[in-house]
Order: sequence, then C-alpha cells, then structure tokens
Amino acid sequence: MRRFFQVAWLVMRKDLRVETRSWEMVSTTLFFAVSCVLVFSFAFVRGGRAIEGAASGILWIAVAFSGTLALGRAFERERYQDAMRALLMAPVERSAIYLGKLLGIVLLMATVEVVVVVAIVFTFRAPLFAYPGYLAALLATGTVGFATVGTLFAAMLLRTRSRGVLLPILLYPVTFPVLIAGVGGTVALMGADPNLDLARFWTALLLFFDAVFLTLALWTFEPVMTE
Amino acid sequence: MFDFERLTIDDVSRFYGRRRALSHVSLSLEQGELVGLLGPNGAGKSTLLGVLATLVSPSAGTVHYGDRTGVDGGLELRSQIGLLSHELQLYGELTARENLEFFAGLFDLSDPAARASEALERAGLTARGDDVVLGFSRGMRQRLALERALLHHPRLVLLDEPFTGLDEQSTQTLSDRLRALRDDRRIVLIATHDHDVVDGLVDRAVLIDNGRLLSLDGSDGTLRERYRSAVGSRR
Repeated sequence: MRRFFQVAWLVMRKDLRVETRSWEMVSTTLFFAVSCVLVFSFAFVRGGRAIEGAASGILWIAVAFSGTLALGRAFERERYQDAMRALLMAPVERSAIYLGKLLGIVLLMATVEVVVVVAIVFTFRAPLFAYPGYLAALLATGTVGFATVGTLFAAMLLRTRSRGVLLPILLYPVTFPVLIAGVGGTVALMGADPNLDLARFWTALLLFFDAVFLTLALWTFEPVMTE
Repeated sequence: MFDFERLTIDDVSRFYGRRRALSHVSLSLEQGELVGLLGPNGAGKSTLLGVLATLVSPSAGTVHYGDRTGVDGGLELRSQIGLLSHELQLYGELTARENLEFFAGLFDLSDPAARASEALERAGLTARGDDVVLGFSRGMRQRLALERALLHHPRLVLLDEPFTGLDEQSTQTLSDRLRALRDDRRIVLIATHDHDVVDGLVDRAVLIDNGRLLSLDGSDGTLRERYRSAVGSRR
C-alpha cells in the first residue's frame, strides 16, 4: 500500500513540476474561468444586485468548463511523445498512476476555484464566505467527483482522434449529478435564510458519488489502459 | 526476483476490428541474442513490440517469458522489459535528470539520483543533465530515451527505430551499446528500417509483412538485398 501511494505521489509531483515550468494549464483555465464569471456578471447583475441563485450556477459552470480544459491538457502532455506508454510500462499498479493524475488535476482545479470564488464574491456580491467550511466541503467533494470521472475518461480517450469533442460529450452526462448537487448545495448556503441541513445533504450525496466513482475508476483503469 | 532466459511467441494474432495487424506470428528469442525486426511501414512491427511489452493483448496465441505468460507475469514481468518507442516517451518540460529520476522512482530503483547520473554519463549528456529536454536535438533525446528504457537493466529490450536521428558517431555509440547488452545476456529485439546499420550488428533478422513473420536467413547477400528480395517476392 505504501508503494501505491508513493507512485501516486511521484506522478502528481511530476505533473506539478511540469506545470510550474510552463504555467500553461493554470493560466489557461484561470483565464477561462474568470472570463466566464465576468461575462455572466454583465448578464445577471443589475443595479448591483444579482438574480437569486445565479452566482451558484456560474460558480459550478466555471468549475466544470475550466476542469474540462484542464483534463484535456493534462492528458495531452502524456500523449505528446507517447509518455503514457512509458508510465504504463512501469512495474506499478496502474491505478496508482490514475490516482497521481487525479490528485494533480484536483490540485489545479482547487487553485482555480479559489480565484473564481473570490471573483464571484466581488462581481455578484454573493455571500459565499458566510459558511466557508460548508462551501469548502461542497467544492472539495464536487471537484473530486468531477475530476474522478474526468480523469478516467480523459485517459480512455487518449488514443482517440476526436478526444476533444468526445470528452465533454461523455463527461457532462455522467457528472450531471455532481453539478446539480454542487449548485443545490451552494444555493442552500447563499439564500436569505440559509438551509444548512440541505447543504449537508448535497455534500453527503457528493461524497457518496465520489466514493462510488473513485472505486469504479481505480478498478477499471488497468483494463481500460490495456489495448 | 523473476527472470527468464527465453522469449517464445506462440501463434500470436492481433486484430483491430477487421484489420489484421499480426497473423499467426511465432518466434523464439534466447538471451544473449540481438535480433532485427524488419518490415515495411504498417507491417505490424510496432504492434508486435506492443504485444511483447504487454501493452497490447494478443487476440489469439500466447507469449511466454520463460515459464510465464504475459497475462500471469504481472508487475515482475514489466520490471524485466525495457521499451524504446519511436516516440521517445520523455517529458519535454523536465530536465534530463528529472526525467531519469522520475522513471527510476517508478521502477523503485535504489538511489535514483545515482542511477540518473550513471545513465546521463552513458548517454554522453552529463553536461546537459540539468537542461530541459525540449532544448535537446533529436539525437540527444534519442540517447536519453534509450538510457531511460535501460535504466532498470531489463532482460528484454525492445527498440523501435533506435537509430532515427542519430549522427554517425552516435550510431556507432548505440551499436556498441547494443553489443554490450548482448554480451550482458540481454534479449534485444530491434525494429528498424536502417538495414545497413544493423547488418552485421544483429545475430539474425526476421521480416514482418502484412502481419506475417518470415525469416531473412538462409540466403546470400546483404541484409538490404535479402529484405528487398523477400518483400519483392511478396508483392
């Protein structure tokens, strides 16, 4: 088990090191997510007041779209020079490679989310920081759920020519519950009368989704990656 | 630790949908043997290397690594295989040393830093070890990729077009390195189009054409002449 996590750590550290050399994924996803927030703020904020619930929807749209960008790019790096094959040749549990890639993507998405949340607080005057613990739990479980499915699909599509088109087509229907739960939980936190029980329910649902899909992904990664 | 002395490919076929990439391929390789795998583009060379590397499952037939098959060989088997693909499988944003240390870590080698330094020295890249790979020439990347594939001293060495992009001196150095692997009792299979380079280097050569394997031994002439004759007779 120690070796399993050691390999996941090595893969994640490699991905982060590559990213810190180019800042390619962070800059692209951040720019995209913040642009998304700004564009929607022009549509949904009137006289300094936003339409109720709009901020939660924008937050999760920004998370989903920027996450999709990050997923595509993260595996494009493995495709370049066929580096994925070298990873798969290593005498390690392939699910550990999956976990390492997943952790790298989750960290990247978390970095983007911090900026997006701040941008939404300012542009929509949304009380996102009223319950920071609840919001962090929602974002953490939602991000892990989205990235868990996304990492598996992005890896599966690595050798597919139309992977850029196929990834969102496959990913969004499966992660629809994540986005619904994320929006539902965030709305529950931001209303005039916050419903913490409802926020807890959506967070628990996300946790359940994470557990199911993480187990499935770890289990299927090995056969999926063998041609 | 698992090891093997012989690789036996037994009636292996591989289909991609209706397309036949390998058809009833049988071949045996012994340790200390350097074998050339020749064939036109799309003949099935890379697929065969993929099957031997356990990255591609055969549709039919079995590959035996000593007394184990690719299916039951598991992680121990993978630790005895080194693959250099036509694509060099390096991370361009990382330095040469970081690439080697990363793979040394994945292979659970002791003292990855020392292993990386030794590999850099063998690749003739000690002075460039801390430069990112993106700035390297094709030849430098090729040398680095070869050492990356050999980092864990595998029993089975699979090389896909290892001479691509190498100048004369680097070609000579690589040839010497391959002879050293043979002397070290490794099993080396080289898929290549550089017939003149491997003529005299390999112990024997086989031809793969349209997924079928043929021997190129037993007739006179250079390897190129034998290849032309064999391929020509099949057209």
